Amino acid sequence: MVSLARRNLFHDKVRFLVTLTGIVFSVGLATVQLGLFYGFLTTTSHVIAKSQADLWITSRGVGHLEAGMAFPERKVYQVLGTPGVARAERQIVQFGVWRLPSGADEAILLVGFNPDAGMGGPWNITEGNLEDLKADDTVFVDELYRDKLSVTHIGQTVEIRGYRARVVGFTRGIRSFTTSPPVFTSFKNAQNYFGIKEDQTLYILVKAEPGVDIEDLRRRVSERVSDVDVMTTAQWTRKQQYYWMVGTGAGVTVLTSAVLGLLVGGVVVAQTIYSATVDHIREYGTLKAIGASNSYIYRVIIKQAMISATIGFIIGMGISLVASYISHKTTTVVIVPWWMIISLFVLTLMMCVSASVVSIHKVMHLDPTIVFERG
Amino acid sequence: MEELAVRIRDLTKLYGSGETAVYALKGVNLDIHPGEVLMLLGPSGSGKTTLLSIVGCILTATSGSVRIHGLETVGLSSRKLPRVRLENIGFIFQGFNLFPALSARENVEIVLDLKGTRGANSLGRAADLLERVGLGAKINAWPEELSGGQKQRVAIARALAGDPTIILADEPTAALDSHTGRNVMEMLHELAHEQGRAVVIVTHDSRAFDFADRIVTIEDGQIREPAKQATA
Repeated sequence: MVSLARRNLFHDKVRFLVTLTGIVFSVGLATVQLGLFYGFLTTTSHVIAKSQADLWITSRGVGHLEAGMAFPERKVYQVLGTPGVARAERQIVQFGVWRLPSGADEAILLVGFNPDAGMGGPWNITEGNLEDLKADDTVFVDELYRDKLSVTHIGQTVEIRGYRARVVGFTRGIRSFTTSPPVFTSFKNAQNYFGIKEDQTLYILVKAEPGVDIEDLRRRVSERVSDVDVMTTAQWTRKQQYYWMVGTGAGVTVLTSAVLGLLVGGVVVAQTIYSATVDHIREYGTLKAIGASNSYIYRVIIKQAMISATIGFIIGMGISLVASYISHKTTTVVIVPWWMIISLFVLTLMMCVSASVVSIHKVMHLDPTIVFERG
Repeated sequence: MEELAVRIRDLTKLYGSGETAVYALKGVNLDIHPGEVLMLLGPSGSGKTTLLSIVGCILTATSGSVRIHGLETVGLSSRKLPRVRLENIGFIFQGFNLFPALSARENVEIVLDLKGTRGANSLGRAADLLERVGLGAKINAWPEELSGGQKQRVAIARALAGDPTIILADEPTAALDSHTGRNVMEMLHELAHEQGRAVVIVTHDSRAFDFADRIVTIEDGQIREPAKQATA
C-alpha cells in the first residue's frame, strides 16, 4: 500500500523540518513550563512530603510550614497515648540567619529534627551521616547552596543567629522555593538557635502503627489533643503548596507561565499542522478526483498529523528531559514525571489531530475545480 | 440500441443566489458515446470546466440529469460519488497533478490501492500501464525528474489504472510542445478507438482538433451546434 501520508511528510524535507520545529518548540515550551511549575510545587513541600511522618501536628491556625508557632511539648505524650501511634517526634522549622565569612547575612530555613527517629530529617545524604547531627551545634547543608553559604568543606565552622555551627554533612537536591536554603540540624540545636524554650516545639510528627487507618488516627489524635491542628502529611503538603502557589501569588506567576506555555505550544502546533495540511490541498483535491473517499483522505491527513506529532514529541521531549537533567544540578529544578510525559504526548497528538481535522474541513469544502488549475 | 457512456439532460449549474446568481450551465443536453473523442471548445468562463467537473462527479449540479452508463449521478449521495468516479472515470489534468512525493509507479498504484488491488498485482499492473505509455524505463522516477510529456503520460497511465470507460481530459496538451502534444493526442485517440472508451477533451489547442470525432462548443453555459462531426 502506498503510504501517501509518510511520503508527503518526508518528501519535502524543508517543510517537514519546519513542521517538526514548530512541534518541538511547542512540546519543549509546554514541558519546561509545566516541569518548572511541578518543580516549584514539589520544592515548596518536600520537607513535609519526605518527612516519612503520617501525621503533622501544628499550633492551631498555622498556614504554612515556615510560620510554625511554639506549643507545649507535653502534647507529644498525649499523642503517644493515642492508640495506633507508633512514634511522635518534635520538629522545628523556621527561618534563620546564616553569617557568611564576609560578614554578610544570608537567610536560611533551619529544620530541627530528632536524628534518632529519622522522621523529618534530610535525605539524599552525600557526605556525613545522621549520627553526626547528635553532636552539639552541627548542621547539614545542601551541595546546591555551598557557594551561596560559602561552605567549602566538612568541619567548617559557621555562625547561625550568632551561635556557632559546624557543617558535618552534605545533601543533594534539597532545594528551597524561597531564596533561603534549607539547613538541617537536631531538634535540640534548633531550640538553642532560636531560643525556643525546652518544653516547647513547633511541630509534632507522628508515625502510625502498621495497618492503622491514617485518617481515622488523625481524627482520634485531633479529639485527644486540644488547641492544635492535626493533618495527614498529604493534607499538610497540599496546604503548604496552596499557600506558596496561591496565597503568596508566587505560584500564580509560575502557573500562568505554564498555562501560557501550553496555550502557545498548542497554537503553534495547530498552526504548524494546519499549514502543513493546507500546503497539500491541491493533492487532496486530486485524490478526490481520482476516486478517493472522504474517509481515505481523512486517514491520510490524520496519519500525517500523528507521524509529525510523534516525531516532534520525541525530539521535543528529549530536549526537555536533557534540560530537566541539567536543572537538577541547579537551585531551580524542572521535574518531568512519567505521567506528565504521557499526558503531554496525548495532548500533542490531540492538538495535531484537531488541527488536521480543521484543515480536513477546508479540504472537504475546497472548490473541486481546484484540480483543473494549472499547478 | 447502444448504451451511452454519458447522457446529459437539461443540466443546470447555478453559482450564488438571488440577484448575484450566475448560471455556469443552463439547460445543457449532450450525449457522449463509447469509443468517441469529444472535444469541448469555448471561451474562458463558458462553463467547459464546470461541465467536466459535473460529468466527473466532483461537482454537483443544481438541476437536470447526468447518467453515466445509465446511472443517475445528479442527487447521488456524496458518499457514493467517489465509487462512481473510481469505477468509471479517469482524469487527465492540464497541470498533470501527479503526487510529487510518489514515484511514477506509485502515482499509478495509488488508484489501484483505492480499488483494493495491492501487493504484486498492483505493482505488476502499474508497471504494465507505464510500459504501455512508453515509460517502462522510468517507473521509479520522481515526477520532478520527468519532462512535461512524460508527466502527462504518467497521468494517462494513472487515469487508466482504474480501467475507466470515460476519460476526462482538461487541456491535456497545453503544457506540452507540439510533438509531445501530438503523441498525447494519439494516445487519447487510441484509447477511444481501440479500447472503446469515451474521451472528453477540453482544449483550446487547435492542433488537437484533428483527433476529434466530434467538437462541441459551449458558450455562456449553453451548448451550441456541433462544429464538427467525426472526421478523424
